[in-house]
Amino acid sequence: MTREKIRAIIVEVISQILPDEDLSNLRGDIRIRDQIELDSMDFLDIIMELRKRYGIEVPEDDYIQLATLDGAVAYLEPRMTHL
Amino acid sequence: MTMRGGHDIPSSTRKEAGPIEKSHDSRVVITGIGLSAPNGNNLSEYRHNLLAGKASIEKIETHYMGEVLAGVCHFDPLKYQKKKELRRGTRAGSIAIYCANEAVADSRLDIAGLDKSRVGVYLGITEHGNVETENEVFGLKQYNYDVKYWSHHHNPRTVANNPAGEVTMNMGITGPHYTLGAACAAGNIGLIHGLQMLLLGEIDLALGGGVSESIHTFGVFASFKNEGALASHDNPNRACRPFDRDRNGIVVSEGGCVCTLERLSDALRRSATIYGEIVGYAINSDAFDFILPHAQRQAECVRLALKKAGLSPADIDIISSHATGTQQGDLQECLALAEVFKDAPQTHTNNTKSYIGHTMGAAGALELAGNLPSFNDHTVHPTINIDNLDPRCTVPNLVINHPANVDRIDHIMNNSFGMLGINSVVIVRRYEGR
Repeated sequence: MTREKIRAIIVEVISQILPDEDLSNLRGDIRIRDQIELDSMDFLDIIMELRKRYGIEVPEDDYIQLATLDGAVAYLEPRMTHL
Repeated sequence: MTMRGGHDIPSSTRKEAGPIEKSHDSRVVITGIGLSAPNGNNLSEYRHNLLAGKASIEKIETHYMGEVLAGVCHFDPLKYQKKKELRRGTRAGSIAIYCANEAVADSRLDIAGLDKSRVGVYLGITEHGNVETENEVFGLKQYNYDVKYWSHHHNPRTVANNPAGEVTMNMGITGPHYTLGAACAAGNIGLIHGLQMLLLGEIDLALGGGVSESIHTFGVFASFKNEGALASHDNPNRACRPFDRDRNGIVVSEGGCVCTLERLSDALRRSATIYGEIVGYAINSDAFDFILPHAQRQAECVRLALKKAGLSPADIDIISSHATGTQQGDLQECLALAEVFKDAPQTHTNNTKSYIGHTMGAAGALELAGNLPSFNDHTVHPTINIDNLDPRCTVPNLVINHPANVDRIDHIMNNSFGMLGINSVVIVRRYEGR
């Protein structure tokens, strides 16, 4: 799966979790929660969606790597190559 | 409040609403009403439909059981909530948020100017958490019941204070909040508890009432069905028929009603519109059976509420009955009312469930609210769906199928009874500016 596709998937997941937010200008290099109202329960929703949709398990120690969109793409890319 | 104890008034003697002895700080009035019922999303619409005889019951699909009859609310949840709040919260929370915001708006209170640490939220519930738990288990099936797919939202959705807590978060209220689990007596008890907290001086404004989301869990329907107490009828709007000879059970509904309650002194200070004054109430227990009602204890509860209000049975103009449409339940309430009100020829009785089904935790507050406009329009809304009155249901002046006009309405008594034998009665007096 391409990085662009992975990025689009992450944004789509966030849009499901935060339907009130405008994600059109979401930057990849700034913490997601600094750009939109995303709290810890919302973040756990992202983790759950990755688990449900793609069978991806993200250990708690790795959560920090998903803090930014760029970080999330980099983290997920090797885990989504088979998809 | 007029907790004057037991006045020895001949039961057949009707008296005018007399001068109140309590100070204005010791009296509690209803100054705002927010509601969602299957046949109305504000008091005006709801009252209009109650007078027009318009029921609103529909067929819905529920897990495992397929089609069932239910009362469904159709308010706009996005009026007061963001989509994210809706997604995260519960249906009961959403109904409660709608009702609480509507109540405050109706009261014309300046919510921004309130000391929100002095506002209490007290909501009666029949049950809470069944919906969320059942839906999680249902969803988990597709993951072969692997609990790593169990939602992290489950706990905050299912804690018993959830509906009241969602209200406080939505409205920025920092005073106390909790629910009162009291089966189907709960709506009255939300009001009673709000009154008590005001009289104790714990708060300055109560948002009290009840809420129910029970139509979203199959378990409530299945349990009633297996008790032989779930109503059925080809026409959904004819299914709930309290006091009819051929009644065959309960129609389960969702709904909510929240009232703003204030001390009379505070209400007068801001020239609030006053729907009525809560002058009496009572709660007691049957100590008898898990599901069967008990006429004698219900009668005792009614008498206790009358005693607290300093009223005789003949002072009650409208009895808003609890009757749900079950054979045994309706009969027990009729026995209780016939006994207490045997010398009250001017008292009328009606029933709201015949229109909207049983809104469970909301029923007490919702059914009271639908009657409060009677103080001004001098009309008693009827009980509908009675084709053949059960001759055993000898309640006082049951208003059947068509509204009744009366010269004057001073007192409304609202009954709400529930499983495990909990009974609640609230009496509201017309406020006359004194």
